[in-house]
Amino acid sequence: MIAHAIIFYIFSLIAIVSAIMVTVSKNTVNSVFFLILDFISISCLFIMIGAEFLGMIMLIVYVGAVAVLFLFVVMMLNVAQQKNEWFNSSGRSSHIPVGLLVSIIIFFELIIVIGGWKYKPDLLDSIAIEINTDLTNTQSLGGVIYTDYIHLFQLSGMVLLVAMIGAIVLTFRQRSGVKRQSYFKQISRDRKDGIELVDVENNKGVKIDA
Amino acid sequence: MLSIGLGHYLTLAAIIFTIGIVGIFLNRKNIIVILMSIELILLAVNINLVSFSIFINDLSGQVFTLFILTVAAAEAAIGLAIIVVYYRNSGTIRVEEIDRLKG
Repeated sequence: MIAHAIIFYIFSLIAIVSAIMVTVSKNTVNSVFFLILDFISISCLFIMIGAEFLGMIMLIVYVGAVAVLFLFVVMMLNVAQQKNEWFNSSGRSSHIPVGLLVSIIIFFELIIVIGGWKYKPDLLDSIAIEINTDLTNTQSLGGVIYTDYIHLFQLSGMVLLVAMIGAIVLTFRQRSGVKRQSYFKQISRDRKDGIELVDVENNKGVKIDA
Repeated sequence: MLSIGLGHYLTLAAIIFTIGIVGIFLNRKNIIVILMSIELILLAVNINLVSFSIFINDLSGQVFTLFILTVAAAEAAIGLAIIVVYYRNSGTIRVEEIDRLKG
């Protein structure tokens, strides 16, 4: 029990510190690295609490895809040297104290909600899908998402497809001055366009590209 | 203190959520960091759902987390594509200089 608590505190401390570093880090590349560290420690927490499948999926999706995508964009846009200095910004106005105030109020509201949730125990009675302890986490999730949640599952696949198409369409750019192969033109050529028969007069020759 | 319960996980999620909000409010330089703060907020929501799911013994929270992961990935892809296009068109992604809508 004590080991569990110590591991929880270590991982959550790493997660909180790296989340702070994501927002205050001067270099954007460092922010991405701390984001990766944050995701890894949270997925360790997920595995520790008993949601192994989601922990592994977090590693694959967030660290393997999303964070690397961020890293690619940061390096491609050459903004790595652009400082992220909201502490001593020159034209700073009243937005920093107001933002901090609103954030602190939001935090205390969340804490109040967590504290008040204890006095509402009837929420525990409304269990939709009980966790079967005989099966592994992955088995029970697979049994649910392919039966009860099949429509939502396919819909999320559609969301991913639309996002993929949207990203391609947004970033697609037709450069001028690039020679491309035009299949339709190639195929629809016939003999009349391609070949011209000319009667050549003696001692005169033919003008090409006339 | 030593027995980790639901409250510990919810407090962790609240802290990370607030850090994400602070990152959105106070960042005036780099819009990519704002996108990363949105990822932090979604991560906090995921922690909430998973910890409730485990402690109430109900699997549907983990299913919802799976869908949130999907939407977060799609959102990151689209957001970064928009940033790339904006950078190509205007040469900057500093938050202060993005004022085309005069907001």
